[in-house]
Amino acid sequence: MALTLKLNGETRDVVAEPGTPLLWVIRDELKLTGTKFGCGVASCGACTVHLDGEPVRSCQTYVEDVEDAEITTIEGLNSDISAAVQQAWTELDVVQCGYCQSGQIMSAVGLLSENAKPTVEEIDLYMDGNACRCATYQRIRAAIQRASDIMEA
Amino acid sequence: MTLNTSRRGFLKSAAAAVAVLYVGARPDGAIAAANADGAMLNPFVKISSDGTVTAIVKHFEKGQGPATGLTTLIAEELGVPIEDVDYEFAPSDAGTYNNLLFGPFQGTGGSTAMANSFMQYRQAGAAARDMLLQAAANVWDVDMAELSLEDGVIKGAGHEAPLAEFVRAAAGITPAAEPRLKDPSEFRLIGSANVRRKDTPPKINGTAMYAMDLHLDNQMVVVIAHSPRMGGLVASFDESDAKGIKGFIRAAELPNKASVAVFAENTWAALQARDALSVEWDFSAAEARSSDAIRDQLIAAVTADPEYNVSGTDQAEVAARIDGASTVLDETFYFPLLAHAPMEPLTCTIEATADGGVLLHDGCQMPTGPHMALSQILQLPMEKVQINTLFAGGSFGRRATPDADYQVEAALAFAVTDRTRPVKLVWSREDDITGGYYRPAFAHRVRVGLDDSGNIVGWDHRIAGQSIMKGTPFESFIVHDGVDHSSIEGVPDSPYNIPGQFVGLTDVAKATTVLWWRSVGHTHTAYVMESMIDMAAKAAGRDPVDFRLALLEGGDKDQARIAGVLKLAADKGGWGKAAEGRTQGIAVHKSFDSYVAEVVEISGDADTGVQIEKVTCAVDCGIAVNPDVIKAQMEGGIGYGLGHAMRDEITLTDGEVDQSNFPDYEPLRIGDIGAIEVHILPSTEPPTGVGEPGTPPSAPALANAIAATGLRVTALPMINNGVEFM
Ligand code: FES
Ligand code: FES
Repeated sequence: MALTLKLNGETRDVVAEPGTPLLWVIRDELKLTGTKFGCGVASCGACTVHLDGEPVRSCQTYVEDVEDAEITTIEGLNSDISAAVQQAWTELDVVQCGYCQSGQIMSAVGLLSENAKPTVEEIDLYMDGNACRCATYQRIRAAIQRASDIMEA
Repeated sequence: MTLNTSRRGFLKSAAAAVAVLYVGARPDGAIAAANADGAMLNPFVKISSDGTVTAIVKHFEKGQGPATGLTTLIAEELGVPIEDVDYEFAPSDAGTYNNLLFGPFQGTGGSTAMANSFMQYRQAGAAARDMLLQAAANVWDVDMAELSLEDGVIKGAGHEAPLAEFVRAAAGITPAAEPRLKDPSEFRLIGSANVRRKDTPPKINGTAMYAMDLHLDNQMVVVIAHSPRMGGLVASFDESDAKGIKGFIRAAELPNKASVAVFAENTWAALQARDALSVEWDFSAAEARSSDAIRDQLIAAVTADPEYNVSGTDQAEVAARIDGASTVLDETFYFPLLAHAPMEPLTCTIEATADGGVLLHDGCQMPTGPHMALSQILQLPMEKVQINTLFAGGSFGRRATPDADYQVEAALAFAVTDRTRPVKLVWSREDDITGGYYRPAFAHRVRVGLDDSGNIVGWDHRIAGQSIMKGTPFESFIVHDGVDHSSIEGVPDSPYNIPGQFVGLTDVAKATTVLWWRSVGHTHTAYVMESMIDMAAKAAGRDPVDFRLALLEGGDKDQARIAGVLKLAADKGGWGKAAEGRTQGIAVHKSFDSYVAEVVEISGDADTGVQIEKVTCAVDCGIAVNPDVIKAQMEGGIGYGLGHAMRDEITLTDGEVDQSNFPDYEPLRIGDIGAIEVHILPSTEPPTGVGEPGTPPSAPALANAIAATGLRVTALPMINNGVEFM
């Protein structure tokens, strides 16, 4: 079926079968590959995108359910918060293989959007669904705190 | 930098055509150079007359840092700012880009990337620098010794100009066989905490290209219906239910009869069509055992006499020493199968090239294997197979199978098409978790005898498991007199002074495909050695650190280095000074020529729930080329070791894998470890591995902490053997 999505500030016409996960529409149809496939069952967070600013797992979000929402992928991040997060990620060289990091950053931006000064416990709780097989967690935690400081400055 | 850029801009417009200087090594290892036209060698560095410098990185980047590390070596010796050096991944050519520690084989593994490149890349950078200096000296008619190259600018004898001006002339100069390398006191970049990762920018904005991200025009996606049991064959299949799925193209049995390939226009259609496919399997030759039976078999093997006497010592004499001891410790350990589960599921793409060959796009860890495999399967000469290496989303060993398993699958799938459309193979997480190539299961039984004063008098150590190396191209390097060194590494070569040690090994029959997994044999040997030493310290009534240090007083360099990290970790980790409610455990292990000690501090206990509060790590890996990358690799290695020891195992029921995805092969999560602190012991020794050595001591240090609260865990994972985690 034909659908119109609002993605990264643009409207995009796509053709997809009902029941298709948003992940595959973003990756295979729209060819925005920053959003990653890691598990397909909402247990790793690699596919995290924002729907109206809220992080969701795109592998478990059906395309027909998001026609009314503003979808943001890693490529469309463009706010003071996302700039602070990306700066902190750079300063601390968080990434290793990097494959999980789009999802980590989308979740971190989600966290800081609703809580500008999260505690370590709040970070751990919020980021629990974003797996990193390279175990960069220590730096993710520090980078979220650093981003919070950058935002405050 | 501004100076450089503006001059470069000027030069660009002034130059009629760009000249390029390549410096690398010939197949015989000699440093050689070529210009763009006559390039008969594959280079390590490429310098163009517009001033751009590119490092050609022969080791693939799965996050462990070679894109940064090898680029640093070039920039250091050449004398250019690291920010001005780009990098690209080397093509597949085992003659030139072979791993010096692997023979004529190009690949990344065994934590060798820096160890085998340290001199090679520095020499290439230094040779290029000398050629540029000589070219400048010729033009200015001065002595080369008066000139220096710093920050991309050649200076001296009253002259000054950017290196770009001499690239063309330098291409005609023969490089010195042994260019002068910098003395470590002259290093600006090696060892600097200010060199940032080269691969951070594309990895935080979604532009980094992994093999999974490749989308070629007109490509087909193929997913594979694998046998649910190892060794099963396709009896028949029916694709009728898949036909209604939009985008489904067709299903075809692969020529090796092991699986059915499902082709579709996109990934989701391929995954759905595979679900809709029904396959009848012939299990007559398939694995039918359960993991309990495999475990029983391994434990029986370590209880009986071993197949191989690894230590060459007298088993009966050692047994007599132990039987006569005043205290005897007798423990049996079990380690389950483990999957690697790199974050990016396995994938690669094959496309036909205009010259009648193929191009493989892959996050390729060991290019030589798939290169040969594709050549055989697709019946193409080697030179008609090219490999484009992309970023890899983790590996931990999984992308380096000696039989090139997933690239072979892609080639077989490509072979059953008319070869006009590119074929992209995609594995799901379920394919990955159930797909074999596991860390083999191992059992150990150790008997240790102590005398009245708590001194070790005998150590009988038996190991049983499935050999990783037998039947692979690496067999001749690693298997000697039947003993696969990767099954026992870390035991007979333990740096501790252990009088009367016997080590025996029994290889058990193949149960699944097995593979090296981050730190290989050390994943289990370090656990056993460091658990037993801890138990011996306790039995002797001694402090675990003092007890270990006493066993390291042999005076050799190995022992001094391992004692060095042990002391540093104990000091920085506040050994013996844990706060109220906290308990510490320590372990130390040498692997891949690096020495790592870790203190794990926990709260709680096995019954009420353990929380890992802090890990303090000390590492001696020789010269620390990039301290921050080393720290990151230790952090990651610790997390990888602890996460699996806590929670993960692959089990089989009647030959079928019980786990399928992250919900039942649960990754380490952010809250599992409170903090990790890494300290690097300064060293002038040559650099050694960092990708793996952080892993081995982590699980035994945790086990030793938990043991101090009352429960000694001798089988993994911990959650299935009596430990609760918070
Ligand atoms: S791919 Fe969506 S959570 Fe893992
Ligand atoms: S950086 Fe590799 S999975 Fe997170």
